[in-house]
Amino acid sequence: MKTDLTVNGRTYGIDVEPRTTLLDALRDGCGLKGTHAGCEHGVCGACTVIVDGEAVRSCLMLAVQSDGLDITTIEGVAPERGELDVIQDSFCETHGMQCGYCTPGMVLAAKALLGVNREPTDEEIRDAISGNICRCTGYGQIVEAIRLAAKRLRESNALAMEAGE
Amino acid sequence: MNADTKPRFLSTDRRVREDKRFVAGSGRFVQDLDRPGMLHVALVAAQHPAAKIVKIDASEALAMEGVHYVIDGAELSAAVNPLMNGLDTPNVRRFPLAVGQNRYAGEWIAAVVADTRALAEDAAERVKVEVERLGFLTDAEKALDPESTPVHPEHGSNLLLDRTFDWGPVEDDFARSDETLKLRVTWGRNSTVPIETFGVICEWNPWDEVLDVWASIQMPKYADQIARALKLPGNAVRVHYDVDVGGSYGVKRGIKQTVLAGYLCRKLGRPVRLIEDRLENMRSGDAHGPERIFDIEVAFDRDGTVNAMKMRALDNAGAYAGRAPFQLGKPIGAIVGPYRINSVQYRAMSVTTNKAVQEAVRGFGQSPTNYAIETMMDRVAAHLGMDRLEFRQKNLIRSEEFPYLIPSGSTYDSGDYHAVIDKVLATADYAELQAERDRLRAEGLCAGIGIAACLEPSGGNSAFEPLLNEKNRTSTWMEGCRVNVDALGEVTVAIHTTSSGQGHETLAATVVGEVLQMDPDRIRVVRPDSLSSLPGNSPVGSRMAIMLGGAAANAARELIRQAVAIGAHLSRADPAACRYEDGTVVTPDGTVTWDEIVDVAHRRFHDLPPGTNPGLTANFIQQVPTGTALPKDGKVQMYPCYSFEFHLVLLAFDPVLAKPEIRRYVIGHDCGTVINPHIVKGMTLGGIAHGLGAALLEEFAYDGEGQLMTQSFLDYLMPSSHEMPEVEIVKHETPSPLTEFGQKGSGESGYLGAPAAISGAIHDAVSQWGIHLNKLPIRMSAISDAIAAAEENA
Repeated sequence: MKTDLTVNGRTYGIDVEPRTTLLDALRDGCGLKGTHAGCEHGVCGACTVIVDGEAVRSCLMLAVQSDGLDITTIEGVAPERGELDVIQDSFCETHGMQCGYCTPGMVLAAKALLGVNREPTDEEIRDAISGNICRCTGYGQIVEAIRLAAKRLRESNALAMEAGE
Repeated sequence: MNADTKPRFLSTDRRVREDKRFVAGSGRFVQDLDRPGMLHVALVAAQHPAAKIVKIDASEALAMEGVHYVIDGAELSAAVNPLMNGLDTPNVRRFPLAVGQNRYAGEWIAAVVADTRALAEDAAERVKVEVERLGFLTDAEKALDPESTPVHPEHGSNLLLDRTFDWGPVEDDFARSDETLKLRVTWGRNSTVPIETFGVICEWNPWDEVLDVWASIQMPKYADQIARALKLPGNAVRVHYDVDVGGSYGVKRGIKQTVLAGYLCRKLGRPVRLIEDRLENMRSGDAHGPERIFDIEVAFDRDGTVNAMKMRALDNAGAYAGRAPFQLGKPIGAIVGPYRINSVQYRAMSVTTNKAVQEAVRGFGQSPTNYAIETMMDRVAAHLGMDRLEFRQKNLIRSEEFPYLIPSGSTYDSGDYHAVIDKVLATADYAELQAERDRLRAEGLCAGIGIAACLEPSGGNSAFEPLLNEKNRTSTWMEGCRVNVDALGEVTVAIHTTSSGQGHETLAATVVGEVLQMDPDRIRVVRPDSLSSLPGNSPVGSRMAIMLGGAAANAARELIRQAVAIGAHLSRADPAACRYEDGTVVTPDGTVTWDEIVDVAHRRFHDLPPGTNPGLTANFIQQVPTGTALPKDGKVQMYPCYSFEFHLVLLAFDPVLAKPEIRRYVIGHDCGTVINPHIVKGMTLGGIAHGLGAALLEEFAYDGEGQLMTQSFLDYLMPSSHEMPEVEIVKHETPSPLTEFGQKGSGESGYLGAPAAISGAIHDAVSQWGIHLNKLPIRMSAISDAIAAAEENA
């Protein structure tokens, strides 16, 4: 089926089987390899993308369902190639990862949270990433990263604007 | 490093360089790679735990468009050698696909190759397999019965390994002790279960006669094993190390997957990719961890002195030997934990059953053993009516006793266990923590404090192999590092392993920067392929800080030697009168700049001192400190360095619901000199998360029909950000006298003591009923059922 996916502001016209997940379409159809397959049954969150502002598991959504929706993948987060946005930079500052496999999903889950909550409590941060399993970090430095990103966003008008406010 | 010199980059709060590519989604994982004309594999899995394969009919699958090939174990086993087996059990043969019969439910029987993975999966469903069911068993104790159904009839029994070691006067110590006590604890079958499954791409180049391999591996001697199995020369296998691995913690070995894909790509003349889906990974990726029953008898005096211990460890290896039995061997190097125990008897037993195959898991058997030892310490203290903490403190090795030789032949390098514990108690305010526990109890909750003290043997020696199998002469594992200075004066460091989250690029750059007194951010780190690499053995056994750190430091020192020789020669000075400082060579008459030295090394060969090669390049192969001896009389020096950790946990739960909630978690951690604090912190926190999973949640549970019940993330439960508490880390540094900077290993930290501490806290919480929950994971239902039963009987 012909499907138009709008990803990171660009439209990809792709041909997919009706059964193709958004995850597979992003990776194989659009060539965006930053979205990762973990469990492929909606538990681990490695495939998280943002669809119309909400964190969504791309393994549980079909590509044809996503036609016309506004999708952001990890490739759409950095302002320019070689640069990092404030959330990505905060993950680097606190070393909020190890192997890096769950990281794109974590960054996007954090982005979805900080898009609606400028001052999250630790409990709200833990809640926002509770659907993203990380086997490396024990979450401590991820929570620190999101805490730091929230603080930086609050303290910088420019960054807040960048985040779409 | 001179003790008076303050490090510039080591132990400082520097970022981890690998992180940048990962937050950008620009990691290079194996499933991100594409090769022209690549084909995809899906597997046909066995339905029964044991069955004779009568007939495989692939005609329907092969008739489907886009399907290229179906292979079974008969074809594959005729073409390749059996996979390597570390034990002396030649009749326990293992191939990537079952041959003649399968030995566990889910075992791969056939593989389908198609244009896409989806097509291959569709076709795999059309492969008809006719079988005759055979007897099976899943229980390790039943497997000990000589009459039990053998998993490998040719081997004759289910016993893979049965070795008893007596270290010291065990019987005498038992006879002279005031009391003895017996206990049994069981470590459930779990694993580290990375979020990325195992994946591999193989491509054969028939003109160069080279097999290119991209794989998500963390595996010593991987290329050698692939070459041996595929009957290729060693230099015909090229493993690409510039692949990011999405988590491993020991299990990403992938030999069977790679041998299968390697054979298929040669057979079909196209690149072949095998990426496990979650079910294939959980059920048949052969990456389960130890499953172990410990029977312990301990002898002690009424004053609280532990004199001797007898431990029998019975491990359920699953259907094939693999490296699993060696996981009974490594703990021999810390068999008394951090305690002064005069003598030990250790019986290591490993059996086959019709379960999936074990692989090396974080700590290589040490965490289960630590759990057994620490549970023993709690039980003895309770038996004597002594405080658990005071009892431990009494038996701990004291700082002035290092280096300390333990009965099984290893010498602990250094430590100050009492100091670490004192710091933790002060940080946690132990009296207040106990008061908090009592307040929670007064509110009607079950509340308990858990403590665990344990060691992380590090440095990755392999002496357990010859110790458990005399025909196996592998005593040690080296690690290499190359440092080049290019013609423009910039430094490039080559390391020879894949990245699976341990930050080796950061490690190598930091160490080389420290030695060369140069900003590590200027130093590039590369990962050449295996044919362009120095000898190395990948990050196993908590070894890279010691081994790669040592190799990088020594290669950089050799560069300095060359630079000083050049500078001295230019100045007509005695090299002994010259020194390296901040990229220059200081001579009695002035300084020679870095640019000048580089110029000489790369262009002005006429200015080179005699005996110095041009090019400013240095290699160093690091040997394991203390790592050259073979076992003698059942004793050997195992790992060189010993990190220490002390866990203090407060948890509470409702007595009916029994869902443990961790209220406070403080860990004291001493891994000697820390190279990168962010990395060590992450290892410790992540290790505690793995330990929490092992203690409370994670188990590969089989039903009575031999089927794996926990084969998805819906039933194999892992800690999320909700279960994992905020952890406070208390740092202490007792440098190792054996390493370059005093560093020890930290890759297994947290995991090695968390299960024991959490189990201990639960026991403290239910102490009023005298309940023992002797099997991990301790599920909510086990706790609430035990409390209900105790209440009913009260």
